[in-house]
Amino acid sequence: MTEALLSVHDLKVHFPIGKGLLTGAKGAVKAVDGISFDLKPGETLGIVGESGCGKSTLGRAILRLTKPTDGTVVWLGQDFFALDKASLRKARRELQIIFQDPLASLDPRMTVGAIIARPLKTFHPELTRTQIDARVKEAMAQVGLAPEMMRRYPHEFSGGQCQRIGIARAMILRPKLIVCDEPVSALDVSIQAQIINLLRKLQRELGLSLLFISHNLSVVRHISHRVMVLYLGKVMELAERDAFYANPMHPYSKALISAIPLPDPKAERARERVTLQGDLPSPLNPPKGCRFCSRCPMATDLCHSTEPPLSPRSDGRLVACHFV
Amino acid sequence: MPSIRTNADVAARQAAAPILSARDLTVDFKLEHGVMRAVDGVGFDVRRGEVLGIVGESGSGKSQILMAAMGLTAINGRCSGSVTFEGQEILNASPEKLDKIRGSSMSMIFQDPMTSLNPYMRVVDQLTEVLVAHQGKSKAEAVDVAVEMLERVRIPDARRRILLYPHEFSGGMRQRVMIAMALLCKPALLFADEPTTALDVTVQAQILDLLNGLVHELNAAVVIVTHDLGVIARMCDRVIVLYGGRIMEEAAIDDLFENPRHPYSQGLMAATPRLDDNTAHDLRTIPGSPRALAGKMSGCPFAPRCDRRIERCTAETPALQRGAGGRAAACHLVTP
Repeated sequence: MTEALLSVHDLKVHFPIGKGLLTGAKGAVKAVDGISFDLKPGETLGIVGESGCGKSTLGRAILRLTKPTDGTVVWLGQDFFALDKASLRKARRELQIIFQDPLASLDPRMTVGAIIARPLKTFHPELTRTQIDARVKEAMAQVGLAPEMMRRYPHEFSGGQCQRIGIARAMILRPKLIVCDEPVSALDVSIQAQIINLLRKLQRELGLSLLFISHNLSVVRHISHRVMVLYLGKVMELAERDAFYANPMHPYSKALISAIPLPDPKAERARERVTLQGDLPSPLNPPKGCRFCSRCPMATDLCHSTEPPLSPRSDGRLVACHFV
Repeated sequence: MPSIRTNADVAARQAAAPILSARDLTVDFKLEHGVMRAVDGVGFDVRRGEVLGIVGESGSGKSQILMAAMGLTAINGRCSGSVTFEGQEILNASPEKLDKIRGSSMSMIFQDPMTSLNPYMRVVDQLTEVLVAHQGKSKAEAVDVAVEMLERVRIPDARRRILLYPHEFSGGMRQRVMIAMALLCKPALLFADEPTTALDVTVQAQILDLLNGLVHELNAAVVIVTHDLGVIARMCDRVIVLYGGRIMEEAAIDDLFENPRHPYSQGLMAATPRLDDNTAHDLRTIPGSPRALAGKMSGCPFAPRCDRRIERCTAETPALQRGAGGRAAACHLVTP
């Protein structure tokens, strides 16, 4: 068993709402509500769920871009949340992020070369201009951008190319972990495939770990080693990729997989589908007991009163359900 | 439930007169630096009871086909060619003429329900407007019909909720309101532009089931525009694959997915990650990016990205060749 690169333990992020002058907080949106997992070096963990499940907040809280309410994150044996400003800065070189909207995450007034060089200039002021240029060109080549394009501006690039710029910027410090927050959702299918292959290649060659946040289970299948399903801030299932897709156990995982239309009309017609009723409940007021009980086809009285613990099954996966 | 469509059904349907026919439809937009051709000589027919899918990536012109047919092309756009609805020309028709058809016999579901519903109007007023205008119903009668339609699209507690404003509904519920609005006058023809793209997958599944049931009940003709091959596979009888404003391939649903013939259709399918794909191989990609919308160009629009390109492809635009079984393809290298 390899030592974990990242260990998240009982992480909580609550956003207080309705804080009046005299009344105090009226409640809190529990965006992330007690999530734990380990990530090994070179591993990709796919984090999936629908809007409001807390997947992006989780990614941001791990990087301390959002203030966590409770819990710990251990990064290479150090308590990441206890780091002082100087140590945090140092640690952050090894933790990078790629955002969903490729163009909005690039400064329109900076050249692409300057955007990619920025982290390097920030963390390695000792480097000369020539050295920085060489590293920028190397990073651009690595992500499939022609190094001659470094003097151009973001608006001159297509969506897929902008995402490559974002990846080059994240890669230039040679990080150990990249949080990918819906990195292909805004891209066309033909471009999405290019970016997925690129991330897979970088991971293979550089032994990166990825937290791959996505609502698209088909994309996640192609990139992840393990899959974690979130619903309203809690883990419903955490399993090895192949075991998960062959046999999703949690009723929510089953429903998610069955909801995705297959690009295959014959398979579509033959398929048995679990269609969930209703919409996601408000995260302000999640159901009591199991969070999924209001939409679960298997729910009983027990589910409405008692929250099922996330517990291991025979193949080692974790499932939070009373009945599977 | 998806309907089971036998070959006999399809044949019988093909014998009927089309409700919507487009011929050589072209949409140009005048921009500061010249003219951009978004749709370039597109032709197709749709019959009652048939669901036609138009699939393409951004900039393929797929939405502009619907906008042109609905008479909603932006002010800097110019449409030419012909679009007929039940034999009448509707392309560039006067607003008076279009208003008699739109909303009553032909309606549209848009992608984003929040921006297509009026935030200042209660749902009840938006829904009843069309009934009062087109069917001369009294307000009270119209409210009853609207409530019944909201119940049909499974909005719980419809009589109370109809009095709410759009922002008081969740995304999935808003899309149901849009569908209810589009189906209120029982249209013969329904356009749906990325009807579920803004929704979560579990809600998308509900909406697709709902749409499937309702359009078969109404025996309407439907044109769905989407980038999602899964939605096409679930919903459609026939598909048009669009690229750079032109039809690359047209085929019955099973034919296209089993045996795509155009290099672009093949590339699109191979590039789509599949949920039921067991292998951990790299996805096949299409090099380059979708065509940046530019002026008129010669040759096949897909040629710059096509790995089977020959010299003729960049010199001469391939015409859409029609073959057996309703298949058609526009490529110098393949026969439909």
